[in-house]
Amino acid sequence: MTTTPLAARADRAWWRVPPRHVPVLATLALLLVMYGVGVSQYRAFSNVQVVFNIFIDNGFLLVVAVGMTFVILTGGIDLSVGSVVAMTAMVSASLLRSGLPPALVLLIALLIGPTLGFAMGCVIHFFDIQPFIVTLAGMFFARGMCTWISASSIPITDGFWTTMAQERIRIGESFVSISVLIAVAVVLLAAFVLAYTRLGRNVYAIGGNPQSALLMGLPVARTKIAVYTISGLCSAIGGIMLSFYTLSGAPLIAVGMELDVIAAVVIGGTLLTGGSGYVFGTVLGVLVLGVIQTLITFDGTLNSWWTKIVIGGLLFAFILLQRLVGIRKK
Amino acid sequence: MSTLRSRLPAVTGHRLFWPLVVLVLLIAANTVYRPSFLSVELKNGHLYGSLVDILRLSAPLILVALGMSLVIATGGIDLSVGSVVAVSGAVACLYISKQPDQNSLGGVVTALALAFGVALLLGVWNGTLVAVIGIQPIIATLILMVAGRGLAQLVTQGQIITVNSDPYRTIGVGHLVGLPFAIIVALAVTLLVAVLTRRTALGMIIEAVGGNAEASRLAGVRARRITLLVYVVSAACAGIAGFMMTANVSSADGNAAGLWVELDAILAVVIGGTSLAGGRFYLGGTIVGALLIQTLTTSVYAMSIDPQTALLFKAVVVIVVCLIQAPAFRARLRRRAATPTPPTTPAEQQKEQVPA
Repeated sequence: MTTTPLAARADRAWWRVPPRHVPVLATLALLLVMYGVGVSQYRAFSNVQVVFNIFIDNGFLLVVAVGMTFVILTGGIDLSVGSVVAMTAMVSASLLRSGLPPALVLLIALLIGPTLGFAMGCVIHFFDIQPFIVTLAGMFFARGMCTWISASSIPITDGFWTTMAQERIRIGESFVSISVLIAVAVVLLAAFVLAYTRLGRNVYAIGGNPQSALLMGLPVARTKIAVYTISGLCSAIGGIMLSFYTLSGAPLIAVGMELDVIAAVVIGGTLLTGGSGYVFGTVLGVLVLGVIQTLITFDGTLNSWWTKIVIGGLLFAFILLQRLVGIRKK
Repeated sequence: MSTLRSRLPAVTGHRLFWPLVVLVLLIAANTVYRPSFLSVELKNGHLYGSLVDILRLSAPLILVALGMSLVIATGGIDLSVGSVVAVSGAVACLYISKQPDQNSLGGVVTALALAFGVALLLGVWNGTLVAVIGIQPIIATLILMVAGRGLAQLVTQGQIITVNSDPYRTIGVGHLVGLPFAIIVALAVTLLVAVLTRRTALGMIIEAVGGNAEASRLAGVRARRITLLVYVVSAACAGIAGFMMTANVSSADGNAAGLWVELDAILAVVIGGTSLAGGRFYLGGTIVGALLIQTLTTSVYAMSIDPQTALLFKAVVVIVVCLIQAPAFRARLRRRAATPTPPTTPAEQQKEQVPA
């Protein structure tokens, strides 16, 4: 648990990977196999744009999943993310419609998510109520706010938003959207925070054993509240990206997204008991979901419900794998 | 005065006090808004009225919440109930729709048996993952929650299957001795579960497993078998609830049937005073919780508020009830009432004192 990858590598033969890396490597292998199957079956699949499109279509999912990784690493869970994404998109759409300048709208929209996350984190820590129930209430609250703002979808016509939606950044023959750049920036920042800062160390420590973390004098309260705030911020950024993507705010958008996000994090090899996992794994998890969707779209004969069945099957396989790794470690 | 003062904490401290207060307040608010809310009338020997409607519509939720209480008592959680509802409803409706005579009782009974069997299988799957393989319950059931929706849509081929069968409709909207059939089924299952758990040692054994699975195993309880059993019971309850929900609208929709029911059920259990940490369960509290949630939903519809906005009210109720029940919050309030400046004690200390 406490051995760093470097130390682990020193006392083992170089080809033996540390057990905590096995789930991430398995995900990577699965991703490569699935991509290989896609390329061998469909000629158009090898186009680089297909890969970029996966990022373009799942950029907001990626950002939200990064926030969820922080929460799950501490052993908590955040069910409110989907609703907060929708609420952020709704608030920005309705504020833009009422004629506020885009910069102010962005600021307000980016403040709502972290505020709600901060409030939930406080309730979870100070009143000792399960994260599951508190974030469930947060999910109801945010979804209710969406319909309270407007029961129907609000289109966004603001110039800044349409530019962000339509701007194409060319990379060779292909292109990505600005959202992809935002997502990549968030991923890099999160990976840095988790690996090299005091906050990141505290997150892993609390997930490993909250009691020991408290006895060691680590700031458990501050860290716990911080992860829910971070998750709220990531959901808010995800919401803005979704509003760039769809150019509207709809009250029922991103319903059930929290499940996709949790599935991506688990497939990415993060333990739901907390204490072990990487942002890089989460990126792979999101990509696996994206490739499944792309494969099903390319196939054309499979129906959308196969996505759910396949994701369920993958969840099963990866949890079984985590379990096996855990047993071998003991 | 002194007896009142000594009895008051006993009454307000009871775990059902606050849920019941909220329930009465909701009914009172409804009566103020629409005075006819409380009236129950007899038509053709059947009882009709808003209260009867609430009872009838809460029947599936009561069933699902019953199974959920047992699962939560073992320290687990079952997120897959919504998907089990969808699958069992879809299987039953598919079988009935394939029958030449949809009104034949035999066909409907076969359909119910078939769908119930599928629900039991799904329960065994959940139970095996948790009890035998040893996966965390929240994740183990998450698998079926995601995949089960897909299975239900696979069964219905993405369509909404409509059935035109009177015997099947009876499950949802029929009457027996003046009362809605659904509520009689829910009552019967409740009684069965209550007798089995509270008149035999089963309930205590379930609580022992929830308190400490390893200790109970060493004490001679077959902890694995009990854990497997509660997931099967939960899926069975969800299966019956699936019949009620699909019979209510005479159609099965793999996407929408039983959506969010797992959340409502967990809420009902928590409102009823059962701790998510396991080790204790209160069936009576669960039923009050389920009634509270259904009353809230119905009153929101009755006051013609957007059903989605109803979630706002639900959020407020959840947080209020959970806060009132949270020992840390109560201790804080009590301290504030005693001394003007509350000292901040870590929440961890409070946690130790509570589970009893």
